[in-house]
Amino acid sequence: MKPKSNKRVNDVILQTAAVIIFFIIIIFSIHLFFSGHYSPGGGFIGGLMTAAALVLLLLAFDSKTLATVLPFDYRRLTALGALIAILTAMHSVFLDLPFFTHAYDKFNLPLLGEETLHTAIAFDLGVYFVVIGVTMTIIQTIGESE
Amino acid sequence: MINLPVFPIVIPALAAIIMMFLPKNVRLQRSLALGSIFVTLIVSLFLVHTVSNEGILTLNLGNWPAPFSITLVSDMLSALLVTTSTLLTFFIVWFAVHYFSAAYEENYLYVAMLFLLVGVNGAFTTGDIFNLFVFFEVFLVSSYVLIVLGGKGVQLRESIKYLLVNVIASALFVMAVAYLYGAVGTLSLADLAQKIPLVDNPNVISVIGVMFIIVFGLKGALVPLHYWLPGSYVVAPTPILALFGALLTKVGVYSILRTYTLLFDVNGTFLQTFLIVLAVLTIVTGMVGAIAYNDVKLIIIYNIMIAVGVILYGIAINTQTSLEGALYYLIHDMMIKAVLFMLVGMMIGITRAGQLRDMGGLITRFPLFGWAFFIAALSLAGIPPLSGFFGKLLIIQGGVGEGDLFGPILVLISSLFVLFSVIKIFLNGFWGEERKPYDGPLIPYTNRLLVPVCLLLIVAVAYGFGAELMHPYITQAIEPLVQPELYIDAVLKE
Repeated sequence: MKPKSNKRVNDVILQTAAVIIFFIIIIFSIHLFFSGHYSPGGGFIGGLMTAAALVLLLLAFDSKTLATVLPFDYRRLTALGALIAILTAMHSVFLDLPFFTHAYDKFNLPLLGEETLHTAIAFDLGVYFVVIGVTMTIIQTIGESE
Repeated sequence: MINLPVFPIVIPALAAIIMMFLPKNVRLQRSLALGSIFVTLIVSLFLVHTVSNEGILTLNLGNWPAPFSITLVSDMLSALLVTTSTLLTFFIVWFAVHYFSAAYEENYLYVAMLFLLVGVNGAFTTGDIFNLFVFFEVFLVSSYVLIVLGGKGVQLRESIKYLLVNVIASALFVMAVAYLYGAVGTLSLADLAQKIPLVDNPNVISVIGVMFIIVFGLKGALVPLHYWLPGSYVVAPTPILALFGALLTKVGVYSILRTYTLLFDVNGTFLQTFLIVLAVLTIVTGMVGAIAYNDVKLIIIYNIMIAVGVILYGIAINTQTSLEGALYYLIHDMMIKAVLFMLVGMMIGITRAGQLRDMGGLITRFPLFGWAFFIAALSLAGIPPLSGFFGKLLIIQGGVGEGDLFGPILVLISSLFVLFSVIKIFLNGFWGEERKPYDGPLIPYTNRLLVPVCLLLIVAVAYGFGAELMHPYITQAIEPLVQPELYIDAVLKE
């Protein structure tokens, strides 16, 4: 991440700190996201926290730098999140169970060992993407309009 | 298929989400929007068929038992309204395909229209009062997008008013739900209906009942809560206006119909008087507005208020006959208002003028257009074989049967005013000489635009002529309103 050399004052401290803090916030947001089932957290707060980390990058650098390091179309990310959420809710329709019926099972995952996986986490992932997508779309649209 | 009630909500939602990936591909947007609404229409017709054979369908989302889950309830009332709203949206989107330019359609136009349909269908189907609020927000947020899309100055000004009014109404809705939850302790409509008679202090329930009238009155434009309606609707582009005029206020009316037959005891209490007074005020204000203006859009907009008042009067009388009339008139009015708004929008698009004094002589160049408007106008006023007749007849019969004379006479007089206001448009707009040469942007597209409008008009006329065929469905739809036990038993079956 090369800081842009322009007329802005030299904010090397802010940029160095932002790069380090960015990863801490991202990890914290992912922690919040996964802890949602048993303790406070979940897709909404996790997504908001991830968006906050991205906003920190926007503050320290600028929108072009962010677009080069993380080349996402946030509108598509919103659509993707909504699609994941609705498909998770719909999967039970094909099993002839009521809409939105969730399923879970125990799986032996590599590295993690035996873990319970629940389709609620897929729904949460959808929420997570929608929240990031919407927040970033709002901020980028307002930020880039003249 | 136990999931049948959810399909009219999920199919448009899924299509809208897929369309969000490709906003610039206008062709795909058009075909996907029309295709998904057509599939929804077929599913909702099948839903009507199933409900008529098997009675009320309920679906507990997430497979949790009834009062603890969100229940979707498709009785005949909601199935009929879902079918009507889907049918209207289909023709309006078809109209919009020809009406808007590609630059306009690229801005997620059809996504917003489909989400509006999702919200409306969801509000008609839900059996949970907080879920009703959520679906209200779904279609309101879509309507905010649709009203401001295009970004003209007047649109910005009016959308701020529209947004403010609806945000306040939604806050009141949440408060009313909170009070209800505080007093009764449940949110499922069937469970509420069962537990409300057991509440110690019936005055609390009456106050909450009045709060719900205020909330739904703000959505459905009852006088004195109508002040936002004319300004906000008049700035919307024609297809959007048709969508709003046909669907949005009617969801408010449906919510009053549902809550007041299920939750609150209307007969003989002051709530009934309150509803009748509001209905009469709404009819009178609508009448005054409809004859006062020379702006074609405003005339039809004030006709919405007359219709809402008439339907509300039928709901307030609350007998078998008047409720049948109210439902029959509700479905008629949704269809015919959509037709009229599209026709009036075409008049404006062709003559490039909103005022009647600048129009004239349209029938010499567009005979089909003129006669379509004439039939729609007669149908709106309620001339016998056409669809507006039976609803009003039943509402008047219901009113007279309860010993009320003032209401029925007012409904009859309002028909006269309606007829006068739309025939004024017909005489000034279609007959006579051209006031000024017209070469509006819609002229090359007139024939293509007329196809969906005329098809919808044919459906509306068939609805009038087929009143005998519709009658069993209407009767079945009214059953759970007159006997709430049917609804409660269907949802809370052991």
